Amino acid sequence: MSCLLVCPPDHYQIAYEINPWMDVKKGADLTVARVQWTAMMAVLEKNCGATLERIEPVAGLPDMVFTANAGILAGRTVVLSQFRYPERRPEEAPFERWFQEHGYQVKRLPTGLYFEGAGDMLGVRDVWFGGYLQRSDIRAYRYVGEFLGREILPLELVDPRFYHLDTCFCMLSGGEVVWYPGAFDRYGQAAIMDRIPAAKRIAVPEEEAVRFACNEVCIGKHVVIPEGNPSTMERLEKLGYATHAVGLSEFIKSGGAAKCLTLALD
Amino acid sequence: MTHETILLHGHIIDSLLLPKVLDRILQYGGSFEIASIRIGKTREEPSDARIIVHADSPERLAEIIAAVQAHGAAVEKEADCQWQEALADGVFPDDFYVTTHLPTEVRVHGKWVPVEGIEMDLGIRLDRNDLVPHTVPMADVRKGDRIIVGHEGVRVTPLERPAHLDVFGFMGAQVSSERPHGYLIAGIARRMQALRKSEAKILLAGGPAIIHGGGREPLAWLIEAGYIHVLFCGNALAAHDMEAHLYGTSLGLHLEGGSLAHHGHEHHLRTINRIRAIGSIEEAVRQGVITTGIMAACVRRGVKIVMAGTIRDDGPLPGVITDSVQAQAAMRAALPGVELALLVASTLHAVATGNLLPASVPTVCVDVNPAVPTKLADRGSLQAIGLVMDAASFLRELARHLGWKE
Repeated sequence: MSCLLVCPPDHYQIAYEINPWMDVKKGADLTVARVQWTAMMAVLEKNCGATLERIEPVAGLPDMVFTANAGILAGRTVVLSQFRYPERRPEEAPFERWFQEHGYQVKRLPTGLYFEGAGDMLGVRDVWFGGYLQRSDIRAYRYVGEFLGREILPLELVDPRFYHLDTCFCMLSGGEVVWYPGAFDRYGQAAIMDRIPAAKRIAVPEEEAVRFACNEVCIGKHVVIPEGNPSTMERLEKLGYATHAVGLSEFIKSGGAAKCLTLALD
Repeated sequence: MTHETILLHGHIIDSLLLPKVLDRILQYGGSFEIASIRIGKTREEPSDARIIVHADSPERLAEIIAAVQAHGAAVEKEADCQWQEALADGVFPDDFYVTTHLPTEVRVHGKWVPVEGIEMDLGIRLDRNDLVPHTVPMADVRKGDRIIVGHEGVRVTPLERPAHLDVFGFMGAQVSSERPHGYLIAGIARRMQALRKSEAKILLAGGPAIIHGGGREPLAWLIEAGYIHVLFCGNALAAHDMEAHLYGTSLGLHLEGGSLAHHGHEHHLRTINRIRAIGSIEEAVRQGVITTGIMAACVRRGVKIVMAGTIRDDGPLPGVITDSVQAQAAMRAALPGVELALLVASTLHAVATGNLLPASVPTVCVDVNPAVPTKLADRGSLQAIGLVMDAASFLRELARHLGWKE
């Protein structure tokens, strides 16, 4: 049984520009966004069997919808994010409150260390990776690793379009990796290839990477993936995953898609 | 060259972060030394590396540090050195810092300041206004002196291999009795020629075997020719040298022919007595009583002589320092400017001199007993030559290379 924290897009909009995808002038269509979000939640609940916990959206915090960036969890412990951009820092308080009210032990990083939660830290079982340089600070992983008792291999993100690790990298329940190698330097590529055998690596072509093919949610043998990524879906199907394509165009305008809209609570 | 120490912590091995940081240092034109590395025993356990980054200018170093900080490298926190006042004369505070013979700096008010008078097995004293740290022997400590304690804020620079590789550079610190000596001695001679030109000082510490073995003439010649500027010896070398002048014997044996002189065993005592009567070796030379040999050459050439006594000395000769702490201080005072030390046939003086010298001064140790050059080489100088051979043969060959004709 998979449980995800989500936040309805009631106050979603493009209010500022903190990544190359955001364009305040173009903006996003809130009505379309609501429809896309609701449809994806239905797929998660009905097709994938996920349980959803909804946090109350806060007016003035448009990116709260991207709950992946709230923190990272292990058991009943959560390491709370500390956002690099001041625009997103006010999200920390409502997320912290929610975790406390739901009985989680909240761990805080030393001030001044940036860490953007499950947006930058991905893994399954004992294999974990942490993206750094664009948003999260590499030093944060030292603390997160100690809090959660995990080995975290830091990976430098070298392409500003793929500013969070979850925009270019995803780990599936079977230990497979869906990734866009161009978002990493040769050290990062080598570290991933060293840990993940070739048969378990799905390299996504650039044209699908920019359609957020890597920003997918994996629940058991189900994968929820933004639409427009046929070759990635084909590879996933071959590995035995049931794929569910969802339209997320309005969220991609903010630089986020399926994975960004969820935070795994277990 | 300037350097800074950085620390890398975390899962730096499997993430290839360590090679990445090292590559960055090289890409930015620096170089590095891995001071230490500790690899986590389990996957969860992080690893640590301590890396010394070198660069040719402070600007380049700052660039390199900035480039690697983004990848998690932290500059090692530097702290000022700690000091405590000595509570009594001649006694260091507990936990006093013990010096090595390597170039050492201490951090005072945020600045690294070189320690003066580098010598092993001493303490470091800070000047009252904290400006000039200087080594200090235990016996010289005075109550209230500020003595550095602990290891914080003290750094030691390992010696770099000398840039010009003559016999000193090539030899490292090996000692062997089974190596041809000729080319080594030729190399030492070349170094002495260069030093004489540059007006640097050459020190010779020697024992009486120099006289017994027939090294007196070549050594006297080396002194007259301006190749020796400081002489460390004991009562015996001086006594037998002058005995040779007065009686033609060394410890009563004729230097030519080798037969025992009648009442020869008295010669060195009569020599000592004669010099005591005159008052000093200098005066004996000035009066023309002693005109040949090592001591006469030293007096004529103004060579600084330090004679340190031992408990078995006869006499001793005037000028022999019988208080060993005072002798040590006199030897120490004669060292500034010395850039080559020849330690010939004297275990005690060779080891004492070796202990007083900074590691940067090349040494040549000559003894028939391999234990002596080995002991000297163990000091860890990169420029120590040990020759297992007879002192007189060494001095003869060395003098011949420099122009002496028998």
